[in-house]
Amino acid sequence: MAAPVTLTMKDLQSPVEPTWCPGCGDFGILNAVKRAMIQLKLPPHQVIYFSGIGCGSKLPDYVRANGFNSLHGRPVPLAQGFRLAHHDMKVVVVDGDGDSYGIGGNHWLHIMRRNPDITHIVQDNMVYGLTKGQYAPTSMKGYVSTTSPEGTIEYPVNPIAIALAAGATFVARGFSGDPKHLADLIAKGMEHKGYALIDVFQPCVIFNRVNTYDWFRERVYKLEDEPGYDPHDLNKAWEKAHEWGERIPIGLFYVNEETPTLEEQIPALAQKPLYQQDIPPPVEMLEGLKEIFV
Amino acid sequence: MVKNNCTIKLGGEAGQGVESSGMGFAKAIARAGLYIFGVQDYMSRIRGGHNWYQIRVHTRPLYAHETSVHLLLAFDERTVHDHSAELVKGGGVLYDDGLKVDQSSLSAMDLIPMPMPLLKIAEEVGGNKLMMNTAAVAAAAGICEFDLSYVEQVIRDNFGRRKGSEIADRNIRVANHAYEEARKRYAHLFEWKLEPIPGAPRRMVINGNQALGLGTLAAGCKMVSGYPMTPASTLLEFLAGQARKFGLVVRQTEDEISGILHCIGAAHAGVRAMSCTSGGGFSLMVESLSLAGSTETPVVIVLAQRPGPATGLPTRTGQEDLLFALHAGHGEFPRAVLAPGTIEQCFYHMARAFNIAEKYQMPVIVMTDNFLANSIRSVEKEAFDFAAIARSIDRGALILPHEEDKVTQATAEGYRRYELTENGISLRIPPGHPNAVYSVAGEEHTPEGFIDWEETAHNRNLMMNKRMKKLTLCAEEDMGVYEFYGPEDAETTLLCWGSSYGPVREAVDVLNSNGMRVNMLHFVDIHPLHWDAVGEVLDRCHTVVAVEGNFSAQFSRWLTMNTGRRPDAKITRFDGRPLNPDFIAAELHKALIRV
Repeated sequence: MAAPVTLTMKDLQSPVEPTWCPGCGDFGILNAVKRAMIQLKLPPHQVIYFSGIGCGSKLPDYVRANGFNSLHGRPVPLAQGFRLAHHDMKVVVVDGDGDSYGIGGNHWLHIMRRNPDITHIVQDNMVYGLTKGQYAPTSMKGYVSTTSPEGTIEYPVNPIAIALAAGATFVARGFSGDPKHLADLIAKGMEHKGYALIDVFQPCVIFNRVNTYDWFRERVYKLEDEPGYDPHDLNKAWEKAHEWGERIPIGLFYVNEETPTLEEQIPALAQKPLYQQDIPPPVEMLEGLKEIFV
Repeated sequence: MVKNNCTIKLGGEAGQGVESSGMGFAKAIARAGLYIFGVQDYMSRIRGGHNWYQIRVHTRPLYAHETSVHLLLAFDERTVHDHSAELVKGGGVLYDDGLKVDQSSLSAMDLIPMPMPLLKIAEEVGGNKLMMNTAAVAAAAGICEFDLSYVEQVIRDNFGRRKGSEIADRNIRVANHAYEEARKRYAHLFEWKLEPIPGAPRRMVINGNQALGLGTLAAGCKMVSGYPMTPASTLLEFLAGQARKFGLVVRQTEDEISGILHCIGAAHAGVRAMSCTSGGGFSLMVESLSLAGSTETPVVIVLAQRPGPATGLPTRTGQEDLLFALHAGHGEFPRAVLAPGTIEQCFYHMARAFNIAEKYQMPVIVMTDNFLANSIRSVEKEAFDFAAIARSIDRGALILPHEEDKVTQATAEGYRRYELTENGISLRIPPGHPNAVYSVAGEEHTPEGFIDWEETAHNRNLMMNKRMKKLTLCAEEDMGVYEFYGPEDAETTLLCWGSSYGPVREAVDVLNSNGMRVNMLHFVDIHPLHWDAVGEVLDRCHTVVAVEGNFSAQFSRWLTMNTGRRPDAKITRFDGRPLNPDFIAAELHKALIRV
């Protein structure tokens, strides 16, 4: 099972053609994911993508790797179960803002305080695309949609601030209009030992006529270009997490390499992955349990 | 004098140690070679209210409790008030003499008031009023003239090692003092006695949840995840306590949705996985259950029932979720449902559930309830045959990704996760090997595992047939566990499932000794079944009376739906209290009049 020396885009080509609309921001994410695998020399059998439901969650079928297209909002706990059973595998969750910031919000909150070594890419288009244009948890206040004809009256979720507050150890934001930069963030997230959130601005060219490629291009700037910005500074990250309007930061907001991962703290995983461990336990050991009850 | 055949009941407020005292006394009696059956009743509160613990003792194995009580240990006045009517004539009521108890009214009921200076003994001899429970249990032993050394052993086990022997010594001094005093005062008045059986083997005192825990460990389950919910929590706790020793991953998740999804994720990686919950939590799992069905992922779910709807009666018992478990989940997909009836069955069928799940690559639901989960019985050690479980392990068409040679050989001509086969079962190679790189989906998928974007009718038919036909094979090869108990030529058959086993079996004994000819037909296996065969079994019975812990006789409906046979009458109980032999016998007479 040795990794091939070189990996090309061709090695990661799936036989399935994407069904996304022309110009969809998801193409940039697909491209970035493949680039990250090449950059890290990760062969297809050593990676698994867990997705939710939505346009972007079709991604596992479009990259040659292992995949699991699950339920709306549920890939996060599914990925944790898999990771605990097979911790040699690079585990990536790819889902949408409706998945993890909406219906699966509770799972998202709790994965962050556990810090398993899972990379979480959230395709954040601020709209519900596959159900044809309803507002999303990240839609800006006043956003007009089929279910908010007079504009939303809710404030949007701030994923970066929530992730920082919840104890995420790697918090980043990318833009699918800049797949090279995004690939680099994804690769960094995959290399990070612990939970890595990569929120991705991903324009929906059909339903979101507000947050377009141009809208983002006019506003986004890279944190690494900010003189003196140190992603180890939680207070600075908190400040940048709330910057929204004329200028919107992308890049790595925060990283903390000190926090142990969930897997490291579980005695059963100290020797080898769970799936490789022999079952059942020795009969003599089981017999010993009877003494508890006599 | 009646030897070794009585029921002792302890009652008091939550927090007074009713359960721990009852459990300790039950263990002491079991160690003396006697068979016990212990059942508890408690409220959804941590302090106050009213709890009780009831221990039935006999020289033969017991499967249920009885309603009549012989000795009542009252930790508070309410216990005397609430339970005196359950005592038989000549029964004793033991209580601290500081409680306000109307002795004359007890005497008027032909009961023996047995006030004892329990608090005084605890404080003066032990130096701690907390030792009052020890005094109470020892006094009860004195009244029954039960060898105190068995109680002393349990005290040593409980206090000796953990808190230093000094506390154990003081408890033992309290016990001896209370024992002698109670014996002197009341033993000559009390008819029921407990006498050790010389040379009896040491038996286990164990409840249903613990037996499920042993079955889970024996089956090689390595991932357990769930969210605490009565009455399933103690199973999660038991396994958490064994995690380090047995190399398990046990996770308390943020909710039951996450609990089952952790299991599906782990099972997808090739690990045996189990989640446990009660009805409310199972409701949350339902969407994911459907995902397990669609992706053909083997997971085991323990559904420990309690009465609903909604929060229902959180600390009571019921068998209300059978039709729910059978139909839970959107769409149609294969599953198996098992409902063990005894402690031994909890052990074996729990382990069996993992085999069925992996062999047929589908979810398996194991149903118990509060009564079975928490009632204790003394069971022979040999009844838990770990070696037999180890030999029976069947992982089905599974090759793990690190089994290099096997994978290479099996994938020589490629690999498709949902390959169409004659029996519907496809080779399962969890992700991790370069020859078996694939994606799966809850959405309808192709044999390769890709989402079928065209949603073609052709592929849909292929995949539905593939999945559903696994049930046919499962029904034929692996299902059909039922049991008759009692005379073959019975005039009346009591039809039951799951935890009703014990009470119905004991009812059969009582009814036959009263001159009736009654037997029991009990089902562990609920689905899938070979229904023609079940129909024939039912045809062999004369009058069939369904006995169930729910309002609508759900198992009876399930049988009718599948066999067209309809039981002649039904006995149902849905007040949250367990079925018991007396209740069944009384209800049967009424039911037979209606037939």
